[in-house]
Formats: sequence, structure tokens, C-alpha cells
Amino acid sequence: MSKQLETKFNEILFKNPVVPASGTFGFGREYEAYYDLEKLGGLCSKGLTLAPQSGNTGIRLWETPAGLMNSIGLENPGIDAFIENEWPHLKSLDTVTIVNVGGKDEESYLKAIEKLNAIDVKLIELNISCPNVKAGGMAYGMTAETAGDITKKVVAISNHPVMVKLSPNGDSVAEIAVACEASGAQGISLINTIQGMAIDYKKKVVVFDNLYAGLSGPAVKPIALRMTHQVCQAVNIPIMAMGGISTWEDALEFIMAGATCIQIGTMNFINPLAPIEIIEGLEVYCEKEGLSNISEIRGIV
Amino acid sequence: MAIIQSNEFVSPGICKMTVAFTGAVLPGQFFMLRAWDKDPLLSRPISVHDYEDGKLTFLYQVVGKGTEILSCLKAQSEVTLQGPLGNGFPQIVGDLCVVGGGIGIAPLYYLMKDYKKKNPHGNCRVYLGFRDSSYCVESFNAIADEVNLNIGGIITDQLKVAASEVVVTCGPEVMMKSVAKVTPAENQVYVSMEAHMACGIGACLGCTCATKYGNKKVCQDGPVFLSGEVFYV
Repeated sequence: MSKQLETKFNEILFKNPVVPASGTFGFGREYEAYYDLEKLGGLCSKGLTLAPQSGNTGIRLWETPAGLMNSIGLENPGIDAFIENEWPHLKSLDTVTIVNVGGKDEESYLKAIEKLNAIDVKLIELNISCPNVKAGGMAYGMTAETAGDITKKVVAISNHPVMVKLSPNGDSVAEIAVACEASGAQGISLINTIQGMAIDYKKKVVVFDNLYAGLSGPAVKPIALRMTHQVCQAVNIPIMAMGGISTWEDALEFIMAGATCIQIGTMNFINPLAPIEIIEGLEVYCEKEGLSNISEIRGIV
Repeated sequence: MAIIQSNEFVSPGICKMTVAFTGAVLPGQFFMLRAWDKDPLLSRPISVHDYEDGKLTFLYQVVGKGTEILSCLKAQSEVTLQGPLGNGFPQIVGDLCVVGGGIGIAPLYYLMKDYKKKNPHGNCRVYLGFRDSSYCVESFNAIADEVNLNIGGIITDQLKVAASEVVVTCGPEVMMKSVAKVTPAENQVYVSMEAHMACGIGACLGCTCATKYGNKKVCQDGPVFLSGEVFYV
């Protein structure tokens, strides 16, 4: 394999900058029927919480033009079941496994992080931005103060590097990123879904039991790109960017805006091979442009 | 990509598409179909209506933008298929009684045909219910031992299940619940569930269905479940 896409995210070496995003990839098993997961730069686990969660009731998905609203509500087996049932498999893969962690309060975040100290995770994605459930921690992600505070506490006890996943729904995302960096975060990922709403006018009711839901997909890409650019300008820690990336051209735009790695989310649902096609597209691009490494075009705009 | 061999309306709002396909396909499984770029964003889960000699048939109702686009595709054009997906119906031991409501009849035809092939002496009875006009009834008539048709009424009012029969139902949830209710507890009832789906392969957790044994994914653990598993309250 060529080294043109090799990417260092702090000290962590990724074969390429492409990572399926949390909540769109389970724990990887569903996609193994489609390709070898070791082709990926990394993969990000379904959002985990200390205790298992059964998720939200009612309709969980709603399409919008070129977009998808979801209200899954962090359905997950809990950290213990993850470590027992999924980690041995993920650990065996030659790719960077990122574990996404959410929480409903400080205690549940810290207990979850403590449990993960026992396993050899390469990177924690601290979810302070799930808009669909209290346990998703969005309340922490709305202001620089609360985001910085929880980040500091998590970083203090975590054996692993912590990347904070930011919400596009709160205060200035650049200010929040700066606070996370100052609190010891070793990376930033963004954006989580944009909070939206759907109404079924025929039934005269709101669509989601949880009232509001998170919008993702190609429709959100320009917003995600703008926020990525703002955060890249504001901090010195690496950024893992996402939001509507569906082609290698999209991925390239985020890298040009300054992202070190990119995550593929909703597109996994549309085309299970999307991450692989994006990796291949980026390889061809580097070849054509005569780049010795993709980093040469990072942050050029 | 699959090549469409035919794609025609068989009744107002009901379309039948046949595509070339090779590989194993079980009755009750489904495919994700798409023939567009990013709007609508998601593929459409469509159950298998028939599969024989490299011809895969879908019977689907035009309900929104996606199925509207599908219904306009011409023969020889391409459609993207992902599948087959889902568990499919179990092997039926004993006689078979199928109960379909509206477009829910779609997967039951292939089930019945497959059953008759494997059990030439088995008895297969069919109940089909439609709101306004019926469709595809003649194809059920050609294979089933008995076909009961109901238009505009309540199909379960007629339903009488024999002790030897396994019941399989697909249609509106209220109808399937009613089928489960009027069937004696000794008979097995299998239901094919429907849900909003994004990925179709068990990754998005959008189609989660609460069951007696906790959350299950309609796309991956189903779409076929024992009625007692999903109608347990």
C-alpha cells in the first residue's frame, strides 16, 4: 500500500485519514461482509454509555432532501458488554479503533472512562454532543465552560488520548474547541448532527417522540465544512472532521479546510463501500497531483 | 447494478418489477433498491415477491418519492440492488396458511411457491385482503389449494386456522395483531414487520423493534418474527 495517505493524528498513525463515524458503523461487524475493515484508517464505535441503553421509542428515522434525521437515542449495550463482546474482535484488527463515550452526568462519564482504562484503546472520542438523549451529554457541549470542565476531568483520569466530539448546536464551536484544547483534549471531532424537527402535517403531530432530532447527510455539508474551517483556524490540536461527506472530493475539501482525518457517517447507510471508494479516490488524487503525502494539501485554504 | 427486465403497473399505485439476478434468495428476504443520487437519500427496502431462473421480482406500492422514481424505470435500465437482506421465513413444517393485507401480500407469493415446491402434498390456504381493488390474486390461485379474498372488509373475520397449519402474515400491523389474536395459541404465527430503515444491514439501529427478548433489528434479526415475540404486551 502506498504511503501517500498515511496520516499522523498526534502520535497515532493512521494508514489513511478515513474513519467510519460513530453510530453509523455499529462495531464494524455489519460491514465486514462488504470489505476488509483493515483497509480503513480507523473506525469509531457506536456511542457507548456506562449502562446499557434501549434508545428512543417511536419513529427513529426521517428523510429530508439529501438529508436524514435520526432519533436513535444512543441505543447501546453498555461499556461492560462492549469490552466483553466487541473489544476482542476490534482489538484483533490492524486499524485504529476509536471508542465513542457518552454520559448523562459527570459520574457516568468518569466511570465509563475508568473502565476503558483497562483496555488498549488508541483514542477516546468524548461525546458531549448527542442531541437525542440526556445521556448523550449535549448539555456539556453547549458552552465553552461546560465543555472545558468535563474535558479536563475526563483527561485527568483517562489513560488514553481524548478527542472531544463537538456539537454544532451550541455556542461558537471555535470557542468551545479552544476551551477543550486548553483542558487537555488531544483532538477535536466535529460535527455531530444538527438539531432539527419534523412534523407530520397529515397526522398533525410531531414525528419524533423526543420532539427534536439530529440532521445529517449531504444536506449539512456546507455547515460542517464552515465549522471545520473555523475550528482548524482556532486550535493547534488535530481535527477529525465529518458532516455530509459522501465522496472523495468532499473529503478533500475538509482536508483542505484543515482536517487531519475525516469521518464518514450517513453515507455508510447509502453505500456500504463509501469509505473504501473515498480512500481509493484520495489515492488517485495524490497520484495525479504528484503529492508525496496528503498532508501537503492540508489546511491550504 | 441489475438490469430491469420489466416494470409495470398491475393496479393503480401497485407496480411489479423484474430484474436479472443470480444467487440464493430466501422467501421473506428483502433488497435495498435505489436508482437516484442523493435525493431521496436512502435506498428503499423492498421484499422479494418471486425468484426463479435468474429473475427476481418485486411487487411494490408507490407511496413516496423513492417508489415513484422506481415505478418510472424502463426495461433495460439499471437499478442498484443491495441484498438479499434479512432472515426470511422459516422452513414450514405442516400445512401453511398465509394472510396478506394490501401490499403485504408481496412476500407471501414466493413463500407459498417455495413451500409447494418443497411440500407437494402439503396444503396451502391463502387469505388476501384489499382496501379497494385486488391485484395478483390469479397468481395465488394458480398455486394455492384455497384462496379467500376480501375487499373493503376485515380479512380476519373470515380466518379459520386448522390445527395442522403454520400461519404466516404480512400487512398492516393492526391486521397482523388481529391474525395473531384469532389464531389458537397452539399454532405458530410468523409476522413480517415493516419499519423505517436507513442501512438495511443492522448498523443504524433505526428500525429497532421492541420484543419480548429486548430490542431487535427489523432488518437483520427480522423482518420475520414469531408473533409472540413482537406482540407481547
